[in-house]
Amino acid sequence: MTTTTRPTVLLVGYGMVGHRFLEALADAGAADRYRVVVLAEEPRHAYDRVALTSYFSGKTPEDLLLAEDGFAAKHGYEIHLSDPATAIDREARTVTTASGRSIAYDTLVLATGSYPFVPPVDGKDAEGCFVYRTIEDLHAIEAYAAGSRVGAVVGGGLLGLEAAGALKGLGLQTHVVEFAPRLMPVQVDEGGGEALRRTIEEMGVVVHTGIGTTAVTVSPEGAANGMTFTDGSSLDTDLVVFSAGVRPRDQLARDCGLKVGERGGIAVDENCRTSDENVFAIGECALAVDGRVYGLVAPGYEMAGAVAHQLADKAAKPFTGADLSTKLKLLGVDVASFGDAFGTTPGALDVVYSDSRSGIYKKLVVTPEGALLGGILVGDAEAYSSLRPLAGTGTPLPVPAESLVLPAGAGGPVSLGSSALPDEAVVCNCHNVTKGEVRAAVTEHSCGTVPEVKKCTKAGTGCGSCIKLLSTIVSDELEASGIEVDKGLCPCFGQTRAELYEIVRVKRISTHRRLLAEHGRLGGEGCEVCKPTVGSIIASLAPELEASGHVLDGEQAALQDTNDHFLANLQKNGSYSVVPRIPGGEITPEGLIVIGEVARDFGLYTKITGGQRIDLFGATVDQLPLIWTRLVEAGFESGHAYGKSLRTVKSCVGSTWCRYGVQDSVAMAIHLELRYRGLRSPHKLKSAVSGCARECAEARGKDFGIIATSNGWNLYVGGNGGATPRHADLLAQDLDDDQLIKLIDRFLMFYIRTADRLERTSAWLERIEGGLDHVRDVVVHDSLGIADELEALMANHVSDYQDEWAATLADPDRMRRFVSFVNAPGVEDPSIRFTPERGQVKPDLTLLATEADLLAALDPDNSLLLEVR
Amino acid sequence: MTTVATETAFAVATEAAATDRIEVLAEGAWAPVCDLERLAPGRGVAALLPDGRQAAVFRDHLDRIHAIANRDPFTGAYVLSRGLLGSTADGRVYVASPLLKQRFDLVTGECLDDESVRIVVHPTRLSPA
Ligand code: SRM
Ligand SMILES: Cc1cc2nc3c(=O)[nH]c(=O)nc-3n(C[C@H](O)[C@H](O)[C@H](O)COP(=O)(O)OP(=O)(O)OC[C@H]3O[C@@H](n4cnc5c(N)ncnc54)[C@H](O)[C@@H]3O)c2cc1C
Ligand code: SF4
Ligand code: FES
Repeated sequence: MTTTTRPTVLLVGYGMVGHRFLEALADAGAADRYRVVVLAEEPRHAYDRVALTSYFSGKTPEDLLLAEDGFAAKHGYEIHLSDPATAIDREARTVTTASGRSIAYDTLVLATGSYPFVPPVDGKDAEGCFVYRTIEDLHAIEAYAAGSRVGAVVGGGLLGLEAAGALKGLGLQTHVVEFAPRLMPVQVDEGGGEALRRTIEEMGVVVHTGIGTTAVTVSPEGAANGMTFTDGSSLDTDLVVFSAGVRPRDQLARDCGLKVGERGGIAVDENCRTSDENVFAIGECALAVDGRVYGLVAPGYEMAGAVAHQLADKAAKPFTGADLSTKLKLLGVDVASFGDAFGTTPGALDVVYSDSRSGIYKKLVVTPEGALLGGILVGDAEAYSSLRPLAGTGTPLPVPAESLVLPAGAGGPVSLGSSALPDEAVVCNCHNVTKGEVRAAVTEHSCGTVPEVKKCTKAGTGCGSCIKLLSTIVSDELEASGIEVDKGLCPCFGQTRAELYEIVRVKRISTHRRLLAEHGRLGGEGCEVCKPTVGSIIASLAPELEASGHVLDGEQAALQDTNDHFLANLQKNGSYSVVPRIPGGEITPEGLIVIGEVARDFGLYTKITGGQRIDLFGATVDQLPLIWTRLVEAGFESGHAYGKSLRTVKSCVGSTWCRYGVQDSVAMAIHLELRYRGLRSPHKLKSAVSGCARECAEARGKDFGIIATSNGWNLYVGGNGGATPRHADLLAQDLDDDQLIKLIDRFLMFYIRTADRLERTSAWLERIEGGLDHVRDVVVHDSLGIADELEALMANHVSDYQDEWAATLADPDRMRRFVSFVNAPGVEDPSIRFTPERGQVKPDLTLLATEADLLAALDPDNSLLLEVR
Repeated sequence: MTTVATETAFAVATEAAATDRIEVLAEGAWAPVCDLERLAPGRGVAALLPDGRQAAVFRDHLDRIHAIANRDPFTGAYVLSRGLLGSTADGRVYVASPLLKQRFDLVTGECLDDESVRIVVHPTRLSPA
């Protein structure tokens, strides 16, 4: 290009659609053709508003950001945060901002989204009244909820129910007030609304339908304290969230004379151009040619793509309308509606299955020829991802529609494989990705895994409801193209860890040797991968296999990594560290003194660990039994710092001492640590218990974390520190002690059964099909009918537990390995030496530099050069 | 039964008695290690050699007795005897260092993860008690 000044594209509004526009412009290769300026009202870069509610299940605002680090810089985009546009001068082609900037544009793109509609009732602005749209709204609700008992949501639509789920999660007694006679009136019909109501009520949310809110009552201090309704009734509440629909933010456009719709929305043509040819409008602020304002993200993304393509001088797909399919993301409720859900197409027929006892309602709308038009699924939306793409394709269903709605055992349900879908079927609604594009990602762009396909096509990176279908298509396609996906554990075994677990369990195989002989793909020795893995599986199942649970018994001894083999952690100079268990981090002064004396007497380096206990470093193999004899005598047990097993259950001081504590977190942490100690698992397990929402024990960073509420305990799972930190997700809330333990028992055993080798719960939760929802179904709702079995496995573990160190000390056979040299018992390993540092010791590594260095350091008169034995 | 050792030869314990003594050849002389029954298949022990050096002695799944230097050349630590045994698809038996997991062929001493590294292999034999 020869021009020195590039035309300016000014984007007003940096939300989901605005961001997609910036991405699409870059993808179309046009980012550097323009000077691109962005005005954002919010104080942060664009984030995933669709996933807003996941903030309450542990996602941080940073997690929700849409752009990768450095996105704006990479493409030269100028983004001004917290500086909204206040006026447009179309004549001069400038926009003024709140901070007083004036920016000239050649092309203006409006992506201002919408605002929550608050009905004009008295008291609506009182303290304690909120809307539910931005991260700032959520921060405010969260803070206010901490001092509240009851919360009410005005509006029983999709967002209202999401907000209600969130209030429930914050520990409030929750009410939903809906003006229409049923919940989610836009998406579901009467039958579906009834089933939905039952499910929501079962979750403990009180539902009021068919009444309007007349006022919010306000205390003398100006805070909301209740509501009154059109039927004369009233409700005491501390907090009110308005979620009564959204309205397009078209004020800027109105003020500068752009054409807007009668009921709002900036009118655009099928190229998303407004009545001024230099101004486009996209997303929720736009009124599309079909006379609709779309309150969903997918249509907005299509509009963003259309405008970006025009600016890149590429053929753009006109936007004439979109699909309104939705799936509710609310905790524990399955609701989906798609296509022509209400059967408005002439000649449409319904196939309905309804079971109000269990809150299940399924309706499919079909043509007389049997092609799917749409449907509503409540209580069981399993089939959503495979049915939605078929709706409206005109192809008759491959099986009778009835078989798709009937429950298991009643002749159905039939699940449709990916082959039932034509290539044009849209698999991912959020990003408008077709089955054909997904297949091409596999065949043409050689993506071999679901994460690769997600990255390549963006499919599955929005609401996530299509991931299940996506994985089916990907694996079908891989299979069809003859690509052998090696899921095997290691060269010796073609099976995954989970498959080997099942084989061991069902065939009661108690040795690696036999498993390798009968199920391995390579004969031979095995390897350093399968040996410890199989050792761990056998140890987890030891009571069922009637094998010894001690990791140093029989063949087990030969399978363990060196750490397990010596029940201690190997350090860089060949010495070991010793970590006694200190359950919950609670320790008596006497206990501390014993540890101190042992460390002093054996010259060990001591350090407080990040796990609330004490690590003693620098023991030789010969010293380990001597050290443990003293520790066991004083009542200490192995801390399993060496094992893929339970490490620590950290605690905060809790209600016993802390002025904020609502439960005894220390007692619970100790109880849990003692229950799960010694449990062998695919990777290490960590836990923590906090006494209140301040979370001093950092429970959300743990594989299973527990946070006290005034009603009991909230259980979070899948947290991780380490290299890829992840906050744990809420699995269940307000549990009593027994419920809590039952759920943890099941969760851990389900993880142990299905995880891959060295896969922490965080990675496992992200990998397994269905994710957190599936795990919740299995663990909380017992959808696989295995809860009893999982609990029984844990009960066996608990009764079979023995302290590995005490048992080792008591057995001369196990003790024989603790010598430095098999042919010179009593001779210390000369390579293990220490030098002083900060009043303690550290390994002397100079001796290890070469073999000659070690030999030179040996005293020639020393009895080392001995005639051995 | 005594298996005579040549360069890199190893004893085979299939028909040996549990009390037969494992010996390794170092500096031209046979040094005693331990009774066969002390060595579980798939595991190793460390032995001190008369000159102060250390050997790592293993028994593999075919009941062969191997001895290599105990020093892990990557870290300098004397720990190879504490590694796990494995075999490759073409049947080479190795030990994986317990520290950073490099693998060493027990017959040739070659490092399977870095061709430029090779460690000492000691011949072994079994002497009846
Ligand atoms: C001693 C300690 C550091 C300290 O001085 O504080 C420590 C030391 C080791 N950590 Fe750690 N970690 C220690 C707390 C932690 C924590 C903090 C915590 O537990 O609250 C974390 C982050 C939390 C987490 O795990 O999610 C932590 C994340 C890791 C990781 C990364 C795990 C991940 O999922 O990304 C590894 C590597 C691994 O396991 O694969 C690791 C591995 C190790 C190993 C085992 C590395 C090794 O193989 O030699 C270290 C051996 C310790 C030894 O020889 O005794 N350590 N490590 C802490 C012992 C805690 C205890 O009492 O048991
Ligand atoms: C809780 C919740 C759940 C949802 N769930 C789903 C779902 O499951 N599926 C689905 O499809 N959709 C869902 N949505 C709707 C979806 O989030 C919106 O469709 C989408 O965000 C629209 O994108 P947008 O860019 O048009 O608007 P927004 O994302 O709202 O972005 C507009 C931005 O413009 C800014 N702005 C406004 N005026 C100005 C100005 N004058 N100057 C500068 N900036 C300005 C606003 O502050 C905002 O940041 C949900 C919405 C919420 C709130
Ligand atoms: S988490 Fe709560 S109870 Fe525990 S120490 Fe912190 S403030 Fe106190
Ligand atoms: S449909 Fe929402 S991510 Fe695919």
